[in-house]
Amino acid sequence: MTKQYNFAFFDEASKREIRRAIVKGIAVPGYQVPFASREMPIGRGWGTGGLQITLAIIGRRDVLKVIDQGCDESVNAVNIKKLIHATTDVEITEETRRASIIQSRHRIPEQPLGEDQVMVLQVPTPEPLRHFEPREAATRVLHAQADYTGAWLSLFDQIVCFGTTTTGADHPVKVNGRYVMAPSPIPRFDTMKLHQNSNLTLFGAGREKKIYAVPPYTTVEPLDFKDHPFAVEEFQGRCCDTCGATNVYLDETVDEASGTAVYRCNDTAFCTQQAASKGLI
Amino acid sequence: MEALLEKHDEMTEGALHGPEGKLPAPDARYRGGMGTQGLVQARPQGPVVEERPILVLEGLSRHFGPRCPHCQDGEAPLERNVCPRCGTVHALRNVGLELYPGEIVGIVGESGSGKSTLMQCLYFDQEASAGTLHLQSYDGGLQNAFELSSQERLRLRNTMFGMVYQNPYLGLRMDYSSLSNIAEQMISSGNRLVQAMVGRGSSLLDEVNIPQRRKTEAPRRFSGGMQQRVQIAKALSNNPPILLLDEVTTGLDLSVQANVLDLILRIRRDFKVGMLVVSHDLGVVRMLADRTLVMLDGRVIETGLTDQILEDPQHAYTQQLVYSLL
Repeated sequence: MTKQYNFAFFDEASKREIRRAIVKGIAVPGYQVPFASREMPIGRGWGTGGLQITLAIIGRRDVLKVIDQGCDESVNAVNIKKLIHATTDVEITEETRRASIIQSRHRIPEQPLGEDQVMVLQVPTPEPLRHFEPREAATRVLHAQADYTGAWLSLFDQIVCFGTTTTGADHPVKVNGRYVMAPSPIPRFDTMKLHQNSNLTLFGAGREKKIYAVPPYTTVEPLDFKDHPFAVEEFQGRCCDTCGATNVYLDETVDEASGTAVYRCNDTAFCTQQAASKGLI
Repeated sequence: MEALLEKHDEMTEGALHGPEGKLPAPDARYRGGMGTQGLVQARPQGPVVEERPILVLEGLSRHFGPRCPHCQDGEAPLERNVCPRCGTVHALRNVGLELYPGEIVGIVGESGSGKSTLMQCLYFDQEASAGTLHLQSYDGGLQNAFELSSQERLRLRNTMFGMVYQNPYLGLRMDYSSLSNIAEQMISSGNRLVQAMVGRGSSLLDEVNIPQRRKTEAPRRFSGGMQQRVQIAKALSNNPPILLLDEVTTGLDLSVQANVLDLILRIRRDFKVGMLVVSHDLGVVRMLADRTLVMLDGRVIETGLTDQILEDPQHAYTQQLVYSLL
């Protein structure tokens, strides 16, 4: 390969600046650290936050996996992988267990992660109080005072109007008993995977220029009310049509021929692995 | 009358030499005509109870600008409320007042005289430049509330005060349902039971005559009078001992105005809430307030029983104000 870029696209100073923000984020779990989000060769809102974190922490021996909506082969995931591969030559994998860095949008893999793995999530709106208070200066004061009335109030309003919380994804969580954090638009199903997990999770919001983190073995509690406890999506009595897995996050599709609903694992790599181990493919 | 004056003296003594003894003595200006006497009259006859003000404000100042040696003196002559030498605006100068449980104190004055600034300083929406605020039912009046940490002030605001703003857009979250608006302070003070908060919200909405079927609607879709009533319900959610009402009836039509005034008097009667009522409308003040403060250019220029002020105004400005009443 003729070398057209510095290793991992960024110059070293940029990587250092992003790493500093990451280290600060790890030191103060759930706190949104501002950083100088760089111009990237993909549009803001397409995963630039996650991409910048990945590029800042990746080394030559890392193995990378990128997923988008649970899928390793979607356009966005493929393009991010291509860019990182072209500028680092690191190995790319679809196997969750082999990856040392997993960049994702919307899902945390079904396969539990270990201490030697880093989860990088792309975040569109890092501020859990944004709906309640549009001004950044005001939300910073609310965080400083640990005044999270707004986050609870939004949930309360949903319960009053619709009988249940309507956070399909991005259910606000309290990290380490202090900061309330938006866990990126992961489904409620994945929220508890952040709690006391053995891997490091990093969150990058490129457009909003924020980085935050959940270190390994950190307490993560979803906000809820005593008489309306937090609940994850239920797939009672349903299993994956392809691999037969239960207790996983399922996608509902319609079988065109019969017109009936069909359920499939949302995590395609997990589904393929399960099907192969059962000899189905 | 003799008996009343005697009682009044006892109470003043009590306040001066009471066991806690830390409360500032009531300002001499007020003694003659104010609250204590009004209260005694309003209360059913019975054994004399020693009554302490729930709120004592002293020497409140709020200025915008650098201040110069000339205007640092609280009594220095200004051009209205602007220092002629350095241009500093003195929105409030050395304002003091006391509020007793179940008492309504009216604040009147022209636009720009500092009424709303006073309310906002009391509610910590604005920082006071100087002054002390002691709240009996928060910490027994021990600490100056203006010097508390911002978290403590937030807690104090949630538990001690209910505020109704002149403009409902300042006091309500227009996109959240009315019930959520009422629940906000309860959530803020740690309530995590939806059913309890919905129950309390519904009963408060009943109290202010908002139909139950509209309780989950956002106030954005309500009429001005309904928005004002939702604000009042919100202000009552935590049973605060003090209500701050800033021009509650301005801009409401007469029948709605009468409803709101009725509601305020009922709240005073049922919950024994002390209230500060800001209004330009002397009719409203005459109807509600036991005692009235007249403000001009950031200072209190006259205080006394409402009737006294309206019938026999002393200060030239008050005379002008009262005689302008159509």
